[in-house]
Amino acid sequence: MNIVVLVKQIPDPAGPSELEDDYTLDRNCKLILDESDSYGVEIALQLRETSGGGEVTLVSMAPNKEVSGIRTALAMGAEKAILVTDDALSGADALTTAKVLAKAIERAGDYDLVIGATESTDGYVGTVPAAIAELLGLPSVTFAKKIEVQEGKIVVQRQTEAGYDLIEAPLPAMISVTAGVVEPRYPSFKGIMAAKKKPCDIIGVSDLGLDVSAGWGQEILSVEDAPARAAGEKIEDDGESYLKIVEFLENKKII
Amino acid sequence: MPVNPDSTTDEIREELIDTVRRFTARKITPIASDFDAADEYPAEIVAGMKDLGLFGITVPPAYGGLGLDLVTYARVVEELSYGWMSVSGFLNTHFMACFLLMEFGTPEQKTHWLPRLASGEIRAAYSLSEPDAGSDVQAIRTKAMQTGQSYEVNGTKMWLSNGLHAGLVVTLVKTADTDPRHKGMSVLLVEKPPGATHFEGLTVSKKIRKLGYRGLETVEFIFDQHSVPVANLLGGKEGHGFRQMMAAVELGRSNIAARAVGVARRAFDESIRYAQQRKAFGQVIAHHQAIAHKLADMSTKIAAARLLLYDAVQKKDRGERCDLEAGQAKLFASETCWEVVQEAMRIHGGNGYSAEYPIERLYRDAPLMIVGEGTNEIQKNVIAKRLLERHAL
Repeated sequence: MNIVVLVKQIPDPAGPSELEDDYTLDRNCKLILDESDSYGVEIALQLRETSGGGEVTLVSMAPNKEVSGIRTALAMGAEKAILVTDDALSGADALTTAKVLAKAIERAGDYDLVIGATESTDGYVGTVPAAIAELLGLPSVTFAKKIEVQEGKIVVQRQTEAGYDLIEAPLPAMISVTAGVVEPRYPSFKGIMAAKKKPCDIIGVSDLGLDVSAGWGQEILSVEDAPARAAGEKIEDDGESYLKIVEFLENKKII
Repeated sequence: MPVNPDSTTDEIREELIDTVRRFTARKITPIASDFDAADEYPAEIVAGMKDLGLFGITVPPAYGGLGLDLVTYARVVEELSYGWMSVSGFLNTHFMACFLLMEFGTPEQKTHWLPRLASGEIRAAYSLSEPDAGSDVQAIRTKAMQTGQSYEVNGTKMWLSNGLHAGLVVTLVKTADTDPRHKGMSVLLVEKPPGATHFEGLTVSKKIRKLGYRGLETVEFIFDQHSVPVANLLGGKEGHGFRQMMAAVELGRSNIAARAVGVARRAFDESIRYAQQRKAFGQVIAHHQAIAHKLADMSTKIAAARLLLYDAVQKKDRGERCDLEAGQAKLFASETCWEVVQEAMRIHGGNGYSAEYPIERLYRDAPLMIVGEGTNEIQKNVIAKRLLERHAL
C-alpha cells in the first residue's frame, strides 16, 4: 500500500517565536516535525506494515530547504520525501499551500491514501486536507481516530463529540487524523542513521508547473495576544463542595 | 574500538541524543520515583531501550550493532541518568561485556554472542567482586578448574548488577594459583537462562537491598561445581583475565562519570527551577545571595565534570589509553554529583527531604558513583600511580 503523508516542519513550539512584518511566523530557524503530523506518520507506517508492502512518502513545504523535521519522519520509517522549498511561497495562505501540496502529491506517483493532520500546531487553520481532497478529486474523511483498509476501501472511525461515526470511502482518499489517537514510535538509532541516506526530492514551485507570482487572497492585518486566562472560581470546602465540582464538570460536558 | 565513520557526525549525534532525551522525558522521568520506591524492575523501559537500539550502540555493524563512538555512548548514559540513574545501569554491564568480546573474544565467540547482545535479545552482566574482594580485585577466590572440555566453577560472586535478568555473565575467576596472583586469572563467559534463580550448579540470590540504585537488581552468585564449556574462556587463553577486565573497568569508570553528570544536571535543573518559584522574605529564593551562589557553584562544577568526562572518552575513541583521565573524570564527577545533590537538598529545604520531590531519590542514588566501579579512594591511587609513571624522574 502506497501512502502519502503530509508533514509540516514548524519552529519548535517550546522555543521563542517571532513574527515577520506581514504577521506570518518567522520560519528562518531550525524547524522540527509538527507533533500533530507524527500521528499520521505512525498510522501510515502501521497501515503499510499491515498491508505487507508499499511505501510511505512524505510531502512537505518549508523554506530554506529545511529537512530536519522530514528526517525525523524518515527515521521513524518512511521511505522517501518530497520537499517544496521556494522563496516565492513565503507567507503563502492555506489555499496556496493546498495547491502546492496537491501538485507535490501527484509527483509522488501512485498512491492509495493521503494522510494529514487535522490542523498544524503553528497555523491552526485546519482547511488544507479538505482543500487538497477537492483539488485532487478525492473523498475527504476528517477527524479520523482509527483507519482500517479493506478491499479497495477504507473504514474510518471519525471522532465526534459523542463518540465516533463509522465512515467508508473508496480508495484513493484523503484523511485527516486527530492528534493523540496512536502513540508515535521513537525513531530507533538505526532509523536515525539510515534517514540521512533516504531520498528527499527538493523542488521549487516551477518544478510543479505552478505560478504563484500573483500572490494569494489572504492578508493578515493584525495579531493580538490571546486574552489572559481569567482567575478560576474558588470553592470553599463545606463538606459538599464535590457537588459543585460535579456540576461544573457536567456543565462542561466532561462527565 | 571500531567506530563507524559515517555515523558519528555531530549532526547525527545530536539527533540520537535528542531522541534519548525525549524517550527519557516521556518514558523514564514520570515513573522513576514510583519504581524506585517499589524497587521494581522497569521492564517497559528496558523494552523501549531495546527498540531504540541502545544495547548495540558500540557494537560494530558487522555484528548487528551501530559502531558508534564513546562520546555518543557517554551522552546517552548522561541523558538516561538525568531521568533515573538506575536505567543507565542496564547498559553499563552489557556494554562492558560487549567491549570484552569485541576486544578479546575469539572470532567464534564474537559471532556467537555479539549479534544477540547488539539486538538486546540477551543482556549481559559483569562480575568481579566477591564477599572479600572489591577494589582489591586480585584477592578473588572463585576457582575454575578444567576437567576435560569444561571448567568446574566454585565460589561466590557479589554485587552483580543485572545478574538475574542477564543471559550472559562475564566472570573473573582463578584458573591457577600464581605469583603474581593476576597471572592466574581468566574470564569465563557464563551462560544462563535470563530470570532463572537456579541453573545447574549456579544459584542466584535474592536482590540485595540498597540505599539507592533501585529497580535494577543487584544479586549474589553462588557457583557450586557449575560447569562452563572450555569454549567459553574469553579469548581462548588462560591467564589474561585480569588485564582484560581492567581494560573494561576503564570504560565502566567513564560510565559512572557520565551517570554522575546526568544526576548532577538533574539536581541543578530542579534546583534552579525551584529557586525561582519558592518565595521567602518577600522574594524568590534565587534572589537570596546564599542560594544564588550555590547555583553558580553547582553549574560551574557540573560543566567541569562534563568536560573531564568528554576528554576521557575522546581519548579512548582515538585509541589512546585513558585510565588516568577516566579515573579523574570518575573521581571529580562523582564528588561533584554528591556535592550538587546535597546543595539541591539545601535549596529545596523540607521539600527536598520529601518523596514528593525527586531530590531525595537523587540524594540516595549519588553515593553509588562514589563507591561503585572502584571507590574514589582507589581512583586516587590509580591517578597517582599513573601520574608518577608519567612524571618519573
